[in-house]
Amino acid sequence: MAAGPSIDALGQFRLATSLGPIGAAVNFTNANLMMLLTAALVLALFGYGMHARAIVPARTQAAAEMGYEFVARLCEDIIGEGWKSFFPFVFTLFFFILFGNLVGLFPYFFAFTSHIAVTAALAVIVFALSIIVGLVKHKLRFFTYFMPAGAPKLLAPILVPIEILTFLSRPVSLSIRLFANIVAGHVLWEVFAGFMLIVAAALGVIGIAAGVIPLAINVVLVGFELLVAGLQAYVFAVLTCLYLHDAVHLH
Amino acid sequence: MNPATAAILAKDIGAGLAAIGVAGAGVGIGQIFAALVNSVARNPASRDQVFGLGILGFALTEAVALYALLISFLILFG
Repeated sequence: MAAGPSIDALGQFRLATSLGPIGAAVNFTNANLMMLLTAALVLALFGYGMHARAIVPARTQAAAEMGYEFVARLCEDIIGEGWKSFFPFVFTLFFFILFGNLVGLFPYFFAFTSHIAVTAALAVIVFALSIIVGLVKHKLRFFTYFMPAGAPKLLAPILVPIEILTFLSRPVSLSIRLFANIVAGHVLWEVFAGFMLIVAAALGVIGIAAGVIPLAINVVLVGFELLVAGLQAYVFAVLTCLYLHDAVHLH
Repeated sequence: MNPATAAILAKDIGAGLAAIGVAGAGVGIGQIFAALVNSVARNPASRDQVFGLGILGFALTEAVALYALLISFLILFG
């Protein structure tokens, strides 16, 4: 059986230097360009949106205020007391990841959250912050977090290592969840688009008609990817708030 | 069978086996939304509170499916 044309599913995630010769000199990649674009979009939404300062907001201001209130409610509900100190961080995290995911959905743009380096950096920042906050607030009593209150002391030799392992798996799960969701979505797109081209090329006129099916699946996947973009940003923010709640309140 | 062909064969089989793991996540996600629909049906006023928890649970369960998919990709392309 001869090998047919194969679909290069993972080549789309390769980094390339952008901005021509200046970019190539400093190795300014397409991922960096997308991060700058994301930051500019978030600043534009909130800077331009809140510029009007109307008591009864118009569209952009309403959108900016809804975004702000969404993250503020999230922090207040989950972190509880002292949520205001962590709100700017969670806000930045949520909107950076959300706009990063959304920007990656457009053709010829690049999803920088599809790189484990980026998501791991974010997850390690969250993990380090939770440890530092816990140690600064509770000093050495922070380590009582690993022995849940109310559990029989006899089980401590089994329970404490398991708790420590669960704690150490937090940055791993946080980074891989976001990275794998975005990669899986983009790979599915590439694979069905490849099907479309292969079918159209191989079967002539019938192929072009039959190629509408992978196209329809891709259209449905766009909707699903929009959902995943928002959902993964929300889950990252919620888990950050949960870990900060554990650090601040130790249970 | 030369080693190169055997390697490709082994990769394909390994990737296929690794992808079986997503089945468990499918069952789990179905259970989460079954519980969500049940609880909203019993107490429609709790919808806003329960919905947030349901979506969080869905995302955490789907993460496990994606770990299996990631391992499958690592076997296939790594």
